[in-house]
Amino acid sequence: MSNTTGATALNTPASVRELFFAFNRLALQGFGGVLPVAQRELVERLRWLDKEQFVEMLAISQVLPGPNIVNLALMFGDRFFGIRGAIAALAGMLLAPLAIVLALTALYAQFAQLPMVSGALRGMGAVAAGLVISTALKLLGTLRRNAMGLPISLAFAALTFAATAWLRWPLVWVIVGLGSVAMAVAWIRLRE
Amino acid sequence: MNTGLSAADLFGLFTHFLVLSLLAVGGAITTVPDMHRYIVAEHHWISDAQFTSSIAIAQAAPGPNVLFVAVLGWNVAGPLGAFATMAGILLPSTVLSLWATRWGAQRRETRGVRAFTTGLTPLTLGLLLATGWVLAEPYLRDAGHRWGALGLIAITVFVMLRTKLSPMWLVALGALAGLLGWV
Repeated sequence: MSNTTGATALNTPASVRELFFAFNRLALQGFGGVLPVAQRELVERLRWLDKEQFVEMLAISQVLPGPNIVNLALMFGDRFFGIRGAIAALAGMLLAPLAIVLALTALYAQFAQLPMVSGALRGMGAVAAGLVISTALKLLGTLRRNAMGLPISLAFAALTFAATAWLRWPLVWVIVGLGSVAMAVAWIRLRE
Repeated sequence: MNTGLSAADLFGLFTHFLVLSLLAVGGAITTVPDMHRYIVAEHHWISDAQFTSSIAIAQAAPGPNVLFVAVLGWNVAGPLGAFATMAGILLPSTVLSLWATRWGAQRRETRGVRAFTTGLTPLTLGLLLATGWVLAEPYLRDAGHRWGALGLIAITVFVMLRTKLSPMWLVALGALAGLLGWV
């Protein structure tokens, strides 16, 4: 996948400062996970990445150890401004939310027993699940341009889902087992 | 909150999270069982309930899910604990990721690197769906909350696919629905 797949021209961040505030903004909207917001902000609003580039970065950041979205921020910052960009994106994403979550931790102990508080937590949890599912559904369309072809790509996605969600295989085995087969298929398809 | 952790204990906490960082393929959330084993079962620094609520708080607050690691550290040993766990979980993976990204970027048009990303993209999306499922499952298994949660999930998916509304409003809707006892 290359830069030529985007139908409309992409923008680029103008400065390290802009990068910092973009990641700050998307992190502060990210209740129950930043990934759905990152997709919406970086791809749909700012147009710094197209869908294919986003999925490609996500794939790499999931295979590397460490928090996915943190890896994605590092890779994204590094792509435009080197180490400075990587640090700016990371700091933008972590600093303000860290302060908020620690303040909440200090408060929570006093209100944990209230049913309204636990109810609100439950409602937000359900929405968080819906956000992740809708992000996945949106990005499934990018498989149409995958070199392995749509049917094979969808089959690998379905097998991964089944192995992880139902069979509860350890992730390492999913990546090593299914991943190496998928990479072998891709290797053969890319020769053509 | 247990603030009586010795320097040696803090260092042990830090190094344990250093190792977990490198094992966290697929995100920090995949190492939760091992964090539980170390902090609760082995060292009894916090209780089972404190462990679970630490993760719930991080889920409810804005920001990356990895912040639950800071909440755990805070509940174990205050600010120093939060620093130990966060630095531990972030340092190794950050260095490795930057190095690997640059290595890959120089070779991104080679067949090997393209086969790597092409092959893994479908797995990524399968994993994302599985994460959604794992997050939803506890609500769906509980008969008292099943239909409310399912309704919220369906509304969320519909709005996200059909409109440009910020996810923040949906989270606010979820909080309100929960607050009023609908979920």
